[in-house]
Amino acid sequence: MSGSSYSSALTLAAGAVLVSAVATVWLASIRSVIQVVAVQGIALGAVAMILGAHRSDPGLLAAAVVVLVVKGTVIPLLLGRASGGNTGSRESRPLVNVPASLVASAALIMVALVTGRGVGTLVGSTAGALVPMGLATLLIGFFVLVARRRPTFQIVGLLMVDNGIALTAFLCTAGFPFLIELGVSFDILLGVVVLMVFSQRLRIEFGDVDIDELQELHD
Amino acid sequence: MSGHPSVVAMTANSLLQVILVILGGPLLLGLMRKVRCRMEGRAGPPIRQPLLDLRKLARRERTRPEESSWIFPLAPVVLAATILVVAAIAPMLTTRPAFGWAADLFAVVFLFLLGSVFLALGALDTGTAFGGMGASRAMTIGALTEPALLVAILALSVPARTSNLPAIISQSLDHPAWLATPQRVLALVAFVIVIIAESGRLPVDNPATHLELTMIHEAMVLEYGGPDLALVKLAESMRLVVLFTLLANLFIPWGIAGAPGPSHLALSVVATAGKVAFLGIAMAAFEVTVAKLRLFRVPELLAGAFVLAVLAVVSALVVA
Repeated sequence: MSGSSYSSALTLAAGAVLVSAVATVWLASIRSVIQVVAVQGIALGAVAMILGAHRSDPGLLAAAVVVLVVKGTVIPLLLGRASGGNTGSRESRPLVNVPASLVASAALIMVALVTGRGVGTLVGSTAGALVPMGLATLLIGFFVLVARRRPTFQIVGLLMVDNGIALTAFLCTAGFPFLIELGVSFDILLGVVVLMVFSQRLRIEFGDVDIDELQELHD
Repeated sequence: MSGHPSVVAMTANSLLQVILVILGGPLLLGLMRKVRCRMEGRAGPPIRQPLLDLRKLARRERTRPEESSWIFPLAPVVLAATILVVAAIAPMLTTRPAFGWAADLFAVVFLFLLGSVFLALGALDTGTAFGGMGASRAMTIGALTEPALLVAILALSVPARTSNLPAIISQSLDHPAWLATPQRVLALVAFVIVIIAESGRLPVDNPATHLELTMIHEAMVLEYGGPDLALVKLAESMRLVVLFTLLANLFIPWGIAGAPGPSHLALSVVATAGKVAFLGIAMAAFEVTVAKLRLFRVPELLAGAFVLAVLAVVSALVVA
């Protein structure tokens, strides 16, 4: 792969991760957000793939396959299945309304750019320059976690935080060693499964899973 | 002297730009209306109909609301004047218009904003409920579109390292590789949403109806009639042409005259008219397929455009 096409492919893939983070803030329907999560997982896998191909690192390529399978396929499928029949439902009352959330995520992107540039110059090369995008995804993930009420969105926020960390790690170093990437991916997978089961039980118990409605603890 | 056109030639260029914008505005509206009608299975009025409408309006008696002040008749004049200034200085046919040094990104966005603010002031000045409602809605939308427009073009100015529009266009002509980058795609999407909102087309506003629940632009100009209304309508159509031309020249710069001379200019007129007509047809075709957004969803769309523009700038800065 020639130098310029490598760097533009890497920019495109990392940009896709960030754009899908912004899309999560923008969208309200659960079905489309789950699709966005899949797109983000695939874009993250593409980042690892491109870096692995550029550095001819088999460990990174294997990690890319793990990311593609777990974050690009399995987790979105699980999210879709666990939300059950009501994938058409929407986030009706987010704590921060959508225009304000979008402007806030623009501000978070700026914060990431300012803080991430130092790290980027330390790493150097194209990959280093893209570090702010990983940090921005992380910050927007935190924001989604805080600003949304529905558990599906909060799980998506958690996934986005993890994707942001993974993107930053891929770009900063040659990625985690393969075994650690494998472990982290399955940790996240397990976390998502537990959270989905938990929210399912809540819905069966209380008929709704709006966390603000849970005012007291029952035995 | 080659490379540096004379002052006379540059002024002639700018005059030509202004005349073409004045004539092209109503014709573009007519073309878009025709395309829409044809796609909906109707014959539609002839393309020159908006020009005839303007002539009819201009001959009517001038009226004004009783309580209005000097702001009311001034607003259409300021609106039209700001757009004519942009038409004269912006790189529409050539990368070297007269006063091209003044066609700074910030100046052009400021001129657009000045026109919208005066139109809103004129609407408030009538003292009617519709005027105030329209002005408030237009300013809510404008507060998000103008920054988005500014930031979207800023993304293009980062690689060129200048905020001068003619310089941005001539530099992107020199570097064709810049035209297919991700940040340009993001900026393009933001720019298109801004144009839709700025010109009050579907799905943000519907120029064909006067429904009080949703109208934005039409509510503001409800009290205008006769020559004043003609001026407002002309200014709005000119704004659409100017925005389309800027979009075409910033993102697909081929065809704009980079060198002086009548032959380059003639080619540029044909190319620009073709690009603008294509954009108009595409927009009309898009309008047939969408429904109007609820008014409360509009800020979401525009905030989205703003974030896309910010993303474009960030990726331009990251890559640079």
